Amino acid sequence: MFETLSYENLQIYWWVIISLLGGLLVFLLFVQGGQTLFNKLTDTEDEKTLLVNVMGHKWEFTFTTLVLFGGAAFASFPLFYATSFGGAYWVWYIILFAFIIQAVSYEYRKKKGNLYGSKTWEAFLYINGVLAPILLGIAVSTFFTGSPFSVDKDRIIDLTVSNYDAIISQWATPWYGLDALWDGNNLAFLQNIALGLALFFLARLNALLYFRKMINNQNILKKIKVSLKENTILFLIFFLFWTIRLLFISGYAINPDTLEIVLEPYKYLHNLLANPASLILLLAGVVSVLWGIYLGIFKEENKAFWFSGIGTVLTVMAVFFLTAFNNTAFYPSNFDIQSSLTIANSSSSEYTLITMAYVTLMIPFVLAYIIWAWRVMDKKQMTIKELENEHKY
Amino acid sequence: MEHINWELVDWSRAQFALTALYHWIFVPLTLGLSFILAIMETIYVKTGDEKWLKMVKFWLKLFGINFAIGVATGIILEFEFGTNWSNYSWFVGDIFGAPLAIEGIMAFFMESTFVAIMFFGWNKVSKKTHLLATWLTAVGTNLSALWILAANGWMQNPIGMHFNPDTMRNEMNNFWDVLFNPVSVNKFIHTINSAYTFAALFVIAVSAWLLLKQKDKLFSKYSMLVASVFGFMAIMITILTGDGSAKQVAKYQPMKLAAMEGLYSGQRGAPLIAIGVATQNGKEKNKEDIAGLEIPYMLSIMAFNDPDAFVPGIKDLVHGNETENIPSYEERIASGKIAIDALAAYKKNKKEGNKEDADKHLITFKEHFKDFGYGYYYGKDPYLLVPPVAISFYSFHTMVILGAWFLLLFILIYYSIMKNKIETKKWLLRLAVISFPLGFIAQETGWITAEVGRQPWVIQDLMPTMIATSHIETSGVMITFFLFFIVFTALLIAETNIMIKAIKKGFNN
Repeated sequence: MFETLSYENLQIYWWVIISLLGGLLVFLLFVQGGQTLFNKLTDTEDEKTLLVNVMGHKWEFTFTTLVLFGGAAFASFPLFYATSFGGAYWVWYIILFAFIIQAVSYEYRKKKGNLYGSKTWEAFLYINGVLAPILLGIAVSTFFTGSPFSVDKDRIIDLTVSNYDAIISQWATPWYGLDALWDGNNLAFLQNIALGLALFFLARLNALLYFRKMINNQNILKKIKVSLKENTILFLIFFLFWTIRLLFISGYAINPDTLEIVLEPYKYLHNLLANPASLILLLAGVVSVLWGIYLGIFKEENKAFWFSGIGTVLTVMAVFFLTAFNNTAFYPSNFDIQSSLTIANSSSSEYTLITMAYVTLMIPFVLAYIIWAWRVMDKKQMTIKELENEHKY
Repeated sequence: MEHINWELVDWSRAQFALTALYHWIFVPLTLGLSFILAIMETIYVKTGDEKWLKMVKFWLKLFGINFAIGVATGIILEFEFGTNWSNYSWFVGDIFGAPLAIEGIMAFFMESTFVAIMFFGWNKVSKKTHLLATWLTAVGTNLSALWILAANGWMQNPIGMHFNPDTMRNEMNNFWDVLFNPVSVNKFIHTINSAYTFAALFVIAVSAWLLLKQKDKLFSKYSMLVASVFGFMAIMITILTGDGSAKQVAKYQPMKLAAMEGLYSGQRGAPLIAIGVATQNGKEKNKEDIAGLEIPYMLSIMAFNDPDAFVPGIKDLVHGNETENIPSYEERIASGKIAIDALAAYKKNKKEGNKEDADKHLITFKEHFKDFGYGYYYGKDPYLLVPPVAISFYSFHTMVILGAWFLLLFILIYYSIMKNKIETKKWLLRLAVISFPLGFIAQETGWITAEVGRQPWVIQDLMPTMIATSHIETSGVMITFFLFFIVFTALLIAETNIMIKAIKKGFNN
C-alpha cells in the first residue's frame, strides 16, 4: 500500500510521524514537570512519596518516547540525526545526562543502601525536570531560528584533507549547540529561551492537572490550585511571546524550481495561512490546552488533564508542520544557508521510507495496549496507605 | 587522507566502548532474569503454591534494581551514533537507523508498559493478566536485543544494500537480507543465550550465598534448580552458536580470526591454541605466532569444518598469499583508491554534464566498490588494518574457557540438588558464588572479541572507524567520556550496594 505513495509523499508521511512523536514527547514531559513540584506541593515526607510514586508509574513512557524519537529521526531523516546530534553535541548530551540520572532515581530513592541519600536522588529528579523541557524547547526553537553548521556530502571522498575535514556535517562554532543560548542574530536567543521556558511551564501545568486527577489529598489539592494559576500565567507569557514573534520573523524558504534556500519575510505566517492542517491543529491545540486549564482551575474536573494533554500534542504537531511543510527548510543553517536541511535532502531512501512506513502500522497497536495499561493502572486514585503493599519508590 | 586525527578517533572509540560495556553489565541480567521470573510465575499460577509467589517477588525486586540502571545506561547508545559518529550516521543511516527505530516501536514500549504492570499491577489486574505482563516484558526485552544485534551483525557483514553515488551513502534494497543476515541471526542467538547463562549464574550465586549463610534454604534450592536447568540449556546453545560464529568470522572477517588466535603465518591443518601468552600489539611487523598449548588441526576444523583447510594468518592477509589465492591488503588499498577516485570523477563529470564520462567512471567505481574502505589507507602502512592482537587473543580465550566452566558448573549443581547434597557441598557453593563475577567477565570479553577484533572497520571493508566520527573537539569527547565514567561508576556502586542489602534480607521480607 505504501508503494503507491510518491517519494515526496512518503517524506511528508514520515514528517507527520516525527511530528506526532514530538507531540507525544512534549505531552509526556508532564512527568518532568511533576518532578519540579514534589517539594512545592507537599508538607510531609509521606505526601512527597505519594507524588513521587504517582509520577514513578509513568516516567518510562517519556523516556521511551524520547528514545523512539531518536531512533525514528535516525531511520527517516538520517542527515538531520547526523547533523544535529553530532553538531549540537553539548545540548543533546546535557539532555541525555539529565535522563540518565532520572532513570535510576525513582527506583533507588527510598532503597536501603542507596549511599547518597534520598535528597540526592530527589535532586536528580529535579535537575531532569528543569533541564529536559527547557533544553528540548530550545532545540525545537532552533528549527526556526537556525544553527551554525555546514553540510557537504562530497567531503567524505576528499582524500586530500584530514579525516577531520572529511566529515560531512560540521558545526561552525566551538560551542556545539550552546550557541542557541546567546545567538544574537534577530534576537534568536530570546526566541529560543522563550520556547524552552514555555515548555517548562507547560510541563508543570500538565503535571498539576495529572496530580489533581490521581490523588485525593486536600492539602495537596489546595496547593495545586494556587500553583496552576502561577504556571498558567508564566506559560502564556512565554508561549504567546514565542508564537506571535514567530509569525513576524523571516523564515528559511525553498525555491521549488532551483531548490535554493532563501530568507523570506513572514515565512511562518505564510505557512500557517497556506496550510489549513497547521492552522486547524494550532487552533484546536491551543483551545484544548486552555480549556483543560479552565476545567482544572474552575471546574476541578479530572478530564482537564486529557484536554490539556491532547491539546499539547496537537499544538506541537502544528509547530513541526510549520517548520517543514510549504517549501520550508526544517533545520536551517544560519552559517551557510544552502546547507539547510529540508525533508527532501535529509531523508532516507524511498525503499527505507516504504519499509519503515509498514513498521508504523504497529503504532495503533502499541497505542492500544498503552491505553489499556494506563487505564488499568489509573483506575483508582493513589493513596499513601495503598503504597505500603506495593513496589514502592 | 593527509592527516589522521587519531586522538579524536580513539577517544570516540573509548567512549563508545565505555558506554557499551557499562550497559552490557546490566542488560544480560535483564534479558535472562525476565524469563526466569516468567517461568517461576507460571509455576505459581499453575500450582497456586505461595512459595513460588514469594520467589517471584524476591527475584522481581532484584530485577527492578538492575532494570533501572540498564535503562539509564542504554539511552546514550540510541543517540551516540549521531553525537559521536556523525559521518557513519549518514554513510549507512539509511540501513542502520531502521532497526533502531523498529526496536523503539516494537520492543521498548512493550517492555516499559508491561514492566510497570509487573511491578505495580499485583492488586490491579488478575493473576493471569499479571503473568501475561511478565511474559510480555521478557519478550519485549529480548526483542530489543534482536534489533540491535541485527544492526550490529550488519556492520560485520553489510548486505541487502547498494551504494548510491548521488546521495553519497549506502541505501537499503532488501530489508529481509538485513534482518536475516546469517551473521545477525547467529549473533542474536549466541548473545541472548549467553545472557540467559549469565542470569542463571546470578540466580545460582545469590542462592548459593544464602545457603552458605543457612538462610531461606528451600527457596534457594528451588531457585537454583530452575536456574541450573535454564542455564544448562542456555550455555549449550551459546557454545553451539559460538562455533557457528567462528565459521562466520573465518568467512567474512578472516583478520579478526587471525587476531583472535594470534596467528601470523597461516597454514593448512592449523592448530588451536588452548592456552597461550600474547605479547604482540598487532601493529608491528614480522611478529611470530603466539606460542602455547596447542590442539592439532582444531583451528582448521573450527573455522572450516575441515582439518586440512588453510587458515590465513595476519601476514597472509596483509601481504597476500598466491598459492591460497588471497589478495594482499596492498592490492585492496590500491583498488579502494581507484574506487574513491572514480566516484569523485563521476561526481565531477556529472556536475559538468559529461554524461558519457560520468557513466564510465561509475562502472569503474562499481568494480572496485568492494574495496572502498581500503582506499582511505592509500599511502599508509597496511599494518594499520590489523586489530590489536593481544586484546583479541585474550578476550576470545577467556570467554571460551569460562563458557566451558559454566557448562560443568550447571551440571554439578543440578546433580547435587537432585541427589539432595547441595547444602553439604560448601566448596561447590563457594565456586558458584565466585562464578557470578566470572560470568560478567565472560560477557564483557565476548563483546571485546567481537568489537575490538573487527577494528579498524566500523562497516567491514567499506568504512574505517577513522572516517566515521563527528566534527567535534577531542577535548569535548574526553569531557563526556569522564562524565560517563564518573556518573556510571557512582550509579554502579549504589546499585551494587542496594542489591547486596536486598539479597541479605532474603526471601521473607
